[in-house]
This record gives sequence, structure tokens and C-alpha cells, in this order.
Amino acid sequence: MSALRLLVRALRDPESLGAPDWQALITAARAEQLLGSLAFRLESRRVPARVAQILAAARRDADHRRTRALWEAEMARRALAPLGIPVILLKGTAFHAANLEAARGRSVGDLDILVPRESIAAAEEALIGAGWERVKPADGYDDLYYRRWMHELPPLIHRERDRMIDVHHTILPPTARPTPDAAALVADSVALASGLRVLCPADMVIHAAAHLFADGDLAGGLRNLWDIDRLLRQFDSPGFRAVLAERAGRHQLRGAVAHALRLAARLYGSPVDPNLAGRWRPSDRLFEARLLARNGWGQARRPLLRFAFYVRSHWLRMPPLMLARHLWVKATR
Amino acid sequence: MRHQVSLRIGPVGFRVGSAWRAPVAALAALYAGYPAPEDGIADFTVRLEPTRPWRRWTRPSIAIRGDFELPDAAPMALAHGLLAAEMGMNLQMALGQRFWLLLHAATVEKDGRALILTGESGAGKSTLAALLGERGWRLMGDEFALLDPASGRLHAFPRAISLKNGAIDVMAAEVDAARFGPLLEGTPKGAIRHLRPNAEAIRRMDEPARPALLLFPRFGQAAAARAVGQAETFMRLTQASTNYVALGRAGFDALTRLVATPAAAIDYPDTATALDLVEALWTGASEWRAAA
Amino acid sequence: MAAPRYIAEPAETLAVARLDGLCALFHEPSGATHIVAPPAPEILDALREGAADAATLLERLAARFEVEDEAGADAIAARLAELEAAGLVRRA
Repeated sequence: MSALRLLVRALRDPESLGAPDWQALITAARAEQLLGSLAFRLESRRVPARVAQILAAARRDADHRRTRALWEAEMARRALAPLGIPVILLKGTAFHAANLEAARGRSVGDLDILVPRESIAAAEEALIGAGWERVKPADGYDDLYYRRWMHELPPLIHRERDRMIDVHHTILPPTARPTPDAAALVADSVALASGLRVLCPADMVIHAAAHLFADGDLAGGLRNLWDIDRLLRQFDSPGFRAVLAERAGRHQLRGAVAHALRLAARLYGSPVDPNLAGRWRPSDRLFEARLLARNGWGQARRPLLRFAFYVRSHWLRMPPLMLARHLWVKATR
Repeated sequence: MRHQVSLRIGPVGFRVGSAWRAPVAALAALYAGYPAPEDGIADFTVRLEPTRPWRRWTRPSIAIRGDFELPDAAPMALAHGLLAAEMGMNLQMALGQRFWLLLHAATVEKDGRALILTGESGAGKSTLAALLGERGWRLMGDEFALLDPASGRLHAFPRAISLKNGAIDVMAAEVDAARFGPLLEGTPKGAIRHLRPNAEAIRRMDEPARPALLLFPRFGQAAAARAVGQAETFMRLTQASTNYVALGRAGFDALTRLVATPAAAIDYPDTATALDLVEALWTGASEWRAAA
Repeated sequence: MAAPRYIAEPAETLAVARLDGLCALFHEPSGATHIVAPPAPEILDALREGAADAATLLERLAARFEVEDEAGADAIAARLAELEAAGLVRRA
């Protein structure tokens, strides 16, 4: 069995693992940033001594990263509190802050937050006042690119803690064709005890789906789909399915959501609404193959397939004319 | 991967895969007789891969990859493949070790007690440790000291000692030529040769030791020694650790406990003086302990 | 404008090790280690009596220790700003 199929099976049904190739499983999980999640899934299983130690270290590390991620969120909260604006956590930090199933073992990188578009300049100013600074110095073209065409500020990094923050005002670049309803994302967000907010569960699933397809070449896709699986299992109900379908339509992301649901169901056995997901189709096999293209040494496989997706991701991100201009400016700099 | 070798160094198991045979063969020779990873499962994986597919044959160029990688690392020539493998293992420890608190230090042991030499690169720690290892001390490691946060004991990590330029000649005069790896010239740091730890160091790699003396050596000054206070020691040790922050509270408790160990900064103009200073301070430290 | 008032992180969030004349603090919620010199530890302690601004803190410290009060309030305000940046105190 290929290393990533083994990983998917281990996550989906840890009890079903007999005596697998532990080395391949651990290496592949690490490469997919899923070692923490795997370590929690295998917590109560009997494993060889070495594996137990590796997984125990992975769980402790995941807990430590969780602590630091939540602290970043708290420091951002303190910096932005005087503005009185809604501050919505996104992705892994949101899962941890809301103590969701999806948080168990979930690695977190930078802090991603969403604020209303009209408040984004004030938010940047407040963060800079509290010790964050630009990663790259302000530059005419890059700045313009970010502010007009991207959905986020240029990244900021905290001077002393050396951690990055990405401030978004919507979840997809405004130039991309689906235009999510940013106001609805904010209006229907859920408050946490701390005063920080998270997207409503349906929007979390939709965001993960958008991120999976529109934002990249499926790198990190297995982790993304695992997030979706955990969210679906925690929130699935007839009511939730109705809300998910309605909001997917509202955010113009019905296609991406359907596609994500098909893949999650196929790989992880996630509970999905067949009316929304639609039927498994031939092109889905290419996506599945791309997601599983890594071996037990952690090496990416299927170079031609990966290249095809890489090209696709750039083509999707910008209308052709804009892409041409962008590449021209970058090349002649 | 086409070629591979697995080995255990102290409590850490590695597997090194390579697109070329030579680096793996050199590594296997340098570490002949080392045990295999426990349960046959390596903690870390290193991969030596061509930077571009055609660079496997044309002007072969090695990219150091694995569980943990540095995105802008410069590629290495195939002639330096052994060095690439060693750097790969260092990188896994520096970026990925989460069980043991790591100190960038050389350690030697006598009577179950450990001497830790730590500080900036280029201070000659590796050479001093290598020499002590041939003069009645057991070498525990020259690059990383592994501290168990739970027990406070140091665990040996006896990698091949990386000797640069002049240090190669110093050790060549001391030990059997068979213990050296190939001479690697023209590396970013000049000439490098790896020295295999002696049989005792390898045989006893699973024996931990209690920290007894911390030394911060500095080369190129007249001989001198001064005691270093706990606060300064603590700060220096956090700087000498690649994973202190990642270990959280356990790391804090381990280091605050470790700074109870006597600590001194020593300056030395040559290795003979350094060895004398070390022996004198070690004896002194034993006396402090006996008196306490 | 009224001077800012601060609250200190609760004592149970900090592990403290006294090393020579300095204090090493491990702050559990952030996972960060800070090495602080007097009067920072005393400021944290005095703040736990209740939220306070620099002037009030100066009075509390004077009640406990010998304190030079010439540039006292300014020095305390500077220490508070440092502690705030480190996340060990925050605005009330």
C-alpha cells in the first residue's frame, strides 16, 4: 500500500492498522504536516516502543505549538481591542481557540485573521503600534498588488516573538472569480469567551474547501481534507447540511465545496450530503492521485501530474491579462 | 531511494537515503559497528537528492533534504557527499529534536560525571573533546549534548567528530589513521576530516552521566579562568540550545536545574594549556562537591 | 488623559527561578521565558493587589521597600511598557 494511502487509512481507522510499515507512515505523516494529528489518533493503540516515543514527542510538540498559536491570537486581540472591530480567527488557530475536534494534533503556522475591509488599514496601524512590522519594506508595486488585488495585507512579523500575522478582509483574492460574501462571513461569525471570533461551522468548511482548490496546487491537501473531515463529523446534521448548501451558494463556492466533499468522503469516509457533493467523476481521480503523490521516504512523486496542477493553480489565481502583467513586472524588476 | 544506510547514535536513530552510492558507502564505513535504530525505526530521515533530475549525472549536485530542510541551503558537490550526510543529520537534530533538550556543546565523561564544553563555534570545543577522549575521558559527543528534561542526565551522542584544517593534524598525531574518514577539501569551511570516536565511546554510548562542570572555552587569549554566575550561565545556555523554546516548561525546568552545576569561562592560547585548565577545574569542582 | 492602568498575569501562570540577583520567568500561556531584573518582579507582585497605574504602583512599592522617588514614576512607567510588550501585564 502506498505511504499516503496508509496514512489516510491510519487517520480514518486507526484500529484497522495491522503491522504497518511504521517508518513509511511516520515519514509520510511528517511530510504532510499530519504527524501530530496521527499521534493523537493512535494515542490508545499499542505500537512498538520506538513508535510510541516518536508519537509521544509529536503530541507534546503539538500541544506546545497550540499554546504559542493561541498566545499569538491573544496578543493580536490585545493590540486590536481598542478598535472595537470584529476579529475573526481563521484555519488552525480558529480550531484551537474553539476547541474543535479538528484541533487535535493540528499544527499551526502563522496567525490568520479576518477583519472587515473598511477596518483593515486601522488594524494594520494598531498591529504595527504593538510591535509587528512589515516583512518586506513598503514597495510601490508589491504594495499596490497586495492592496488592490489580494485579499490580505502584506504579511507582518512581530519584532520580538518572530511570528507572522496575515490580516485578511475576505477569503479569496477579489480578482478570483468566486466572490465570497465577506460581510456574511463577518456577520455570522461566532464569538468566543475571549472576545475573538471564529467563522460559523459551515463557513469553516467552505473556507477550507476554497483554500484547498483556489489557493494552491493542492500542496497540503491531505491535511486540508482532514480538517474538513473533522469539521463535518463534529457538525453534521440535517440542519447543518442545509446551511452548508445555502452558504456555499451564497459565497459562490458551491463547486469547490462539492469537490471537497467528494474527496473527503472518498478518502476519509466523511459524512456528506450527496445532493451537494454530487457524483464521483473521472476528473476526481486526478485530484485523488495528486493528493496521494508522496512515498514513504517523504519524496513527492508523479512530477508531471504535480506540474499540471502547479500551472493550473497560477492560471486560476489571476485573469490571464493580470497574470501576464504581474509576471512581466516581476521579470523586469 | 536507491542507496540507504540506517544507524543509531546514542538514543537517536537515523536513516540516510541517497541517489548516489558513494556518500552512503562512506557513511557506513565511518560508522561501522554502530547499532541499528531501535525496532528498525529511525527517528529522522535524511535524503541526498539531485538538485535537478539531470544533476544526478551531470556535474552531480546534492540537495540535502529530509524530514526537516533549509529552503535556501546551498547544494553540495558529490565529492563532499559524506559531509552532506553529516550536515543532514545535524539539521534533523537542530530543527526536529523535541524529546531531548539540545545544547550545542562537546561533552566528555569520567566516573559517571559529565564535563560540558559549550560556546561559540570556532572555540575549539570539538578538538578539546577529541583530545580528552584519548586521555582517560570517555567522549560523549562533540556537536550536541542531549539533556533528558525529566532526569537531568546527559545522554551520549557520539557522532564522528568533524575536524577542520589545523585540527586534523593535531588529531592525526594522536590516533590511528584507520579512524579517519576521507579528507574533504574545498568545502565552505576549508578542509574537513571526520574522526570516528574510539571503541570505548561507541561501546558505552548508552550510558548517561550527571552534569558536573560547565565550561565556556575561548581560544586565542592568555590562560585565564573565572566563575560564571547562574543567570549568565542560563542566558548562555539558552543561546546554545536550538530547541529550548520548543520544549516549553520542561525546557525551562531542565535548564534552571542545570545551572546549579558549577560553571566557568576559560581562555586559552593553545590546546596544552586548555587541557591543563580543564583538569585543574575538574579536580576543583570535585573538591567543591566533596566539601558541599 | 488618565495614565494607563495595568493588570498583571496571575501568579499561577508563571514559573519562577531565582538566579543570582535576577529572575528567570517561564510564562505558561505564551511559552516564553523572560529574564528580569528588579524592580520588575516586585512590580508584578505589587500589581497583583489590583489594577494600578505607574503612580499608584510607586506608592505600593514605597510602602514595601526603600524606593528612590525622583524619577520613580517615569522609571516604573518604562518598566510597565516593557512588561506589556512581553505580555506579562496588560491594560486594565
